[in-house]
Amino acid sequence: MPFIANTDDQRVAMLKAVGAGSIDDLFEDIPKEYRLAGLSLPDGLSEAEVLDRMQALSHRNAALICFLGGGFYDHFIPAAVDAITSRSEFYTSYTPYQPEASQGTLQAIFEYQSAICRLTGMDVTNASLYDGGTALYEAAMMATRITGRHRILLDSGVNPIYRNMLYCYTRNLSIEFKEIEVAHGQSDRHKISEALDDQTAAIILQNPNFFGGVDDVTDISDLAHRKGCLAVVSAYPLALGLLKPPGSMKVDIVTGEGQSLGIPLSFGGPYLGFLATRMEHVRKMPGRLVGMTEDGKGRRGYVLTLQAREQHIRREKAMSNICSNEALCALRAVVYLSLLGKQGLSEVARICAQKAEYAKVRLSQIRGIEVKKTTPTFNEFTLTLPMDAGEVVSRMIDKGFAAGFPLGRYYRGMDNYLLVAVTEKRTREEIGRYAEALESVLWNR
Amino acid sequence: MIPTNLHYTRDHEWVKIENGIAVVGITDFAQHALGDITFVDTPKVGKKVSPHGELGVIESVKAASDIFAPVGGTVVETNPDLVSHPELINQDPYGKGWICYLDHIDTAELANLMDAAHYEQYVAGKE
Repeated sequence: MPFIANTDDQRVAMLKAVGAGSIDDLFEDIPKEYRLAGLSLPDGLSEAEVLDRMQALSHRNAALICFLGGGFYDHFIPAAVDAITSRSEFYTSYTPYQPEASQGTLQAIFEYQSAICRLTGMDVTNASLYDGGTALYEAAMMATRITGRHRILLDSGVNPIYRNMLYCYTRNLSIEFKEIEVAHGQSDRHKISEALDDQTAAIILQNPNFFGGVDDVTDISDLAHRKGCLAVVSAYPLALGLLKPPGSMKVDIVTGEGQSLGIPLSFGGPYLGFLATRMEHVRKMPGRLVGMTEDGKGRRGYVLTLQAREQHIRREKAMSNICSNEALCALRAVVYLSLLGKQGLSEVARICAQKAEYAKVRLSQIRGIEVKKTTPTFNEFTLTLPMDAGEVVSRMIDKGFAAGFPLGRYYRGMDNYLLVAVTEKRTREEIGRYAEALESVLWNR
Repeated sequence: MIPTNLHYTRDHEWVKIENGIAVVGITDFAQHALGDITFVDTPKVGKKVSPHGELGVIESVKAASDIFAPVGGTVVETNPDLVSHPELINQDPYGKGWICYLDHIDTAELANLMDAAHYEQYVAGKE
């Protein structure tokens, strides 16, 4: 094994020093049946052979035109995002473990935090979390710490994948969840009001919700606050270029998936979680936080701050077991946002919304398709089809499209519902071809 | 130096009984050991604690440490000035740096605590 640096002679010397005759002697405490008997691996390949093999595999990828969203979106990423974030100064020092070691990385994270605060309309944010689902879990736990309560209301318009993650993460933490079904595609004020009580730590919402519906949740925040409970919203950051920020809706904690900000779609990540809150809750917020300060000579500097609540100091009493952040993805987000600027971001968001409206009109011309119009939407909307949506999605793959998210996968009684996302990348021509393909799948079986 | 009208814990809290209610703080030794105090997470009013139960957390530039209740009781008031001036604990640990009042106490529990002379010896052993 050439990648193990020590030689046979050195190994013999080391074994002798610890009084073992052989490697097998060294591991004799491990029962034989648990030891590896041998690996059944094919012979090694040359570099050229490996390239051929990988290229053959990559050709099996279908280049589908993407109308699939469900929390992760096919947005355009300017080449400069890769060019800047792949610089070795950033790329090889992606997480600053030493508080003051890397001023450049710390400054980038500080800028990222500032951008997230402006987008969400909140006071403070941490240096990032793993993804939208874990960020929502951290928000739920934060709400229990702030209120000292253990009951959480969960709107069914929250991404079902995130809801599953919440249940999984909290399985052994005696937190009681109650799901509140949406009514006509929107958070049900009446049911929420009935379910809120003085034992409720938080009401968790998503905006736009999983069905694409955009909502002003200010009244729900008010309902929550009247019971001493927090309002938590999972947001779609790119949509915030156009929509009212959660901070203007009296929301207490905002989380979300940052993938839409310059991070490519990939199977499972790495993605980017963000969590922002009001200053009064900063000490209950998990994760690291970069602050700006001055050194002894009055020069500007950046430091990790509020470290005392983290696990290397507070051990088992730490706010969270998060001890790192998603710095490289956070860097992509801040580079993306800087390249677009305020104007650019709101333009991208507006184009997404307009193209989605165009697609709604085009798709509603197809016989048997109904576009749900109960709520305003951003770039994602719900269709009902005259047949099973999962089957339609399978058949659309053959026609070159990722047609959308079949809602029946997570919602009972919604087998014919398809969730369709349209980003700024989709052209009028692609929307037209998508509509034609959909029509042929539905009617020329 | 060490006030004689107080009772002391091995964790360096002090307690004083005023009209049947206990007022709690941390000692001068404790504030000195912690260094500049940056934040005090005071308990919620209404919280019930048993003796040695957790009352809150003090964060300093060096550490974050729990505050333990010298005697059991119910938190009836916390020091509002500590929110924006945690350094009061550094400046005046036995006075303006008080942390909270506990009601419904059992004065018999005071017997488990040290008086000033004992505490002085205890601290001397620490140094």
